[in-house]
Amino acid sequence: MPNRLLTRLFWSVVTLLATAVLTFLLVNAVPGDVARSIAGSKASPEVLQQVREKYHLNDPMLVRLGHYLVQLARGDLGHSYVTDQSVSEAILTRFPTTAALCVTGLVMWMLAAVPLGVLMARFRGSWFDRTILVAATLSLSLPAFWLARMLQYWLAFRLGWFPVAGFRSFAHLLLPAATLAIISGGYYALLIQANMMEVLHAPYIAAARAKGVSETVILFRHALRNAFIPVVTVLGTDVAALLSGVIFTENVFALPGIGTLAVQSVFNLDVPMIMGTVLFSATLVVSVNLVVDLLYRWIDPRIKADY
Amino acid sequence: MTLLEIKSLKMDFGAGADALRAVDGVSLAIGTGETVCLVGESGCGKSVTALSIARLVPTPPANYVGGEILLNGRDTLKMANGELQKIRGGVVSYVFQEPGASLNPVFRIGSQIKESLKLHQPGKATDAEVIRLLKLVGIPAPESRIRNYPFEMSGGMQQRVMIAMALASEPKLLVADEPTTALDVTIQAQILDLLRDLKQRLGMAILLITHNLGIVGDMADRVAVMYAGQIVELSPAKELLRRPLHPYTKALMASVPKLHGTADRLSAIPGNVPRIGNFPPGCRFAPRCPIAQPECSVAVPDLVEAEPGRWVRCPFWKTP
Repeated sequence: MPNRLLTRLFWSVVTLLATAVLTFLLVNAVPGDVARSIAGSKASPEVLQQVREKYHLNDPMLVRLGHYLVQLARGDLGHSYVTDQSVSEAILTRFPTTAALCVTGLVMWMLAAVPLGVLMARFRGSWFDRTILVAATLSLSLPAFWLARMLQYWLAFRLGWFPVAGFRSFAHLLLPAATLAIISGGYYALLIQANMMEVLHAPYIAAARAKGVSETVILFRHALRNAFIPVVTVLGTDVAALLSGVIFTENVFALPGIGTLAVQSVFNLDVPMIMGTVLFSATLVVSVNLVVDLLYRWIDPRIKADY
Repeated sequence: MTLLEIKSLKMDFGAGADALRAVDGVSLAIGTGETVCLVGESGCGKSVTALSIARLVPTPPANYVGGEILLNGRDTLKMANGELQKIRGGVVSYVFQEPGASLNPVFRIGSQIKESLKLHQPGKATDAEVIRLLKLVGIPAPESRIRNYPFEMSGGMQQRVMIAMALASEPKLLVADEPTTALDVTIQAQILDLLRDLKQRLGMAILLITHNLGIVGDMADRVAVMYAGQIVELSPAKELLRRPLHPYTKALMASVPKLHGTADRLSAIPGNVPRIGNFPPGCRFAPRCPIAQPECSVAVPDLVEAEPGRWVRCPFWKTP
């Protein structure tokens, strides 16, 4: 088991390193003059030259990559080309907003998906099952930016039930979180329903019924815990999808989180900031997957025996 | 005293024109503390009959069209769900064929046994009681075993856990549906010994479902032989084994391989079990019966008392 954990950690580091290299090469391959975006479009050639020298933009790509990796190894993400703010500081001040959004979204999505999935399995073929099936399939195909705009326009702007944008109170999080919950929740309702259908045919469910367990307890205790095992696996990989959803919703609702920071830095060709946000998100995905791996073993005791 | 009385139970799968009759007029009584074996081939309706006692066959697809099941004088077919949940695992407990699949894989066995106690004996839902039950079914070192998950135990141990769970409520009737079929032969004998021993100590009745005539003699007071949804012979176990009356029972006994037999080939019953919904007219065994007469295919023979306590569904039972 400690061995297994060490292997996992090793590969996590390799993943992050590969992300750093690929992103660095990609960002520098993007057309556009970094020096011009730093100094402004009207800067004179002399100024541009100074900027290039200051940021070592004239060095060969691999040399710059080497410098960047060395700097990264020291735990330094560098400073923004545009504001000169420390990248790690910018990320840390914005992270709580993103975290609050993700957690609220995740809670809303689970609160919707779990009961819906269980009840769909229980009332298979009923009008309830069919209605939710259609709604869930629809929600699967909605693009996040469109849904975010629609919710914002109708529920916040026209009806005035929620704040339109910005982040001053918990209420400001509700619509963005609902966006995340809707785009992912439908899929999870279907996933839970499918797993529940399978689990409900298992002999241990018949045995639980035979010992007098009520249908509600069978559904939510005996069956759900088993039906949840495959869901947890998918949940790990879907955190990546959640982060991409965050980029859209934060921008639509003007939340000062990592998502807005990432988009701004791309517009500004602010290479250190782009690198910072990408690496931070990658770290998040890798660690969540590690946590899910551990969670998986807690939820399914049989996994432990395999280590 | 009669504990359970099934009276001409009729159960279909499906309804209307597509209905398939799975259980066709089964009547069977079990007295307090009695062991009855229900014997028959796969698909003869023995399991659904046994599951019907606590109404455990889902409706739909099942559809009870006639008869009653009196458990302590109360018809379980007419009970409300709340009352059924008290009966299930309370008055009648079940042990199933595959212990590995019948235990929930994600809960410790201690908590699964305790759940039964909480449902039926809330005052006794303690670790001490769980340990006592595990000891009762012969599990060594029960104190450490209660924290095991099902996958950490062997098949025989898992079946002991299932039995402990079934005993948690001190049931009046234990229904064991092929409890040893999935186990190794040596373990089979241990589990059957355990059931017999528990029955004597606890005084409960047992309905043992099996397709194995070999275990009938060791276990049963009486035997009911089922064929194609009907009981074809009902008799005290010793007499049935010594001298079966129905041609089907005779064929079934002849097909049990004998260790010291002289036959070169195993004797099998010719033909196949008729499929549900496709039963022949008249006696359902007639197409495979060595002594069938033309009249056998006209009307279903009645189950008649051939000798005191011995019932048989064949008018030609005297034919050797």
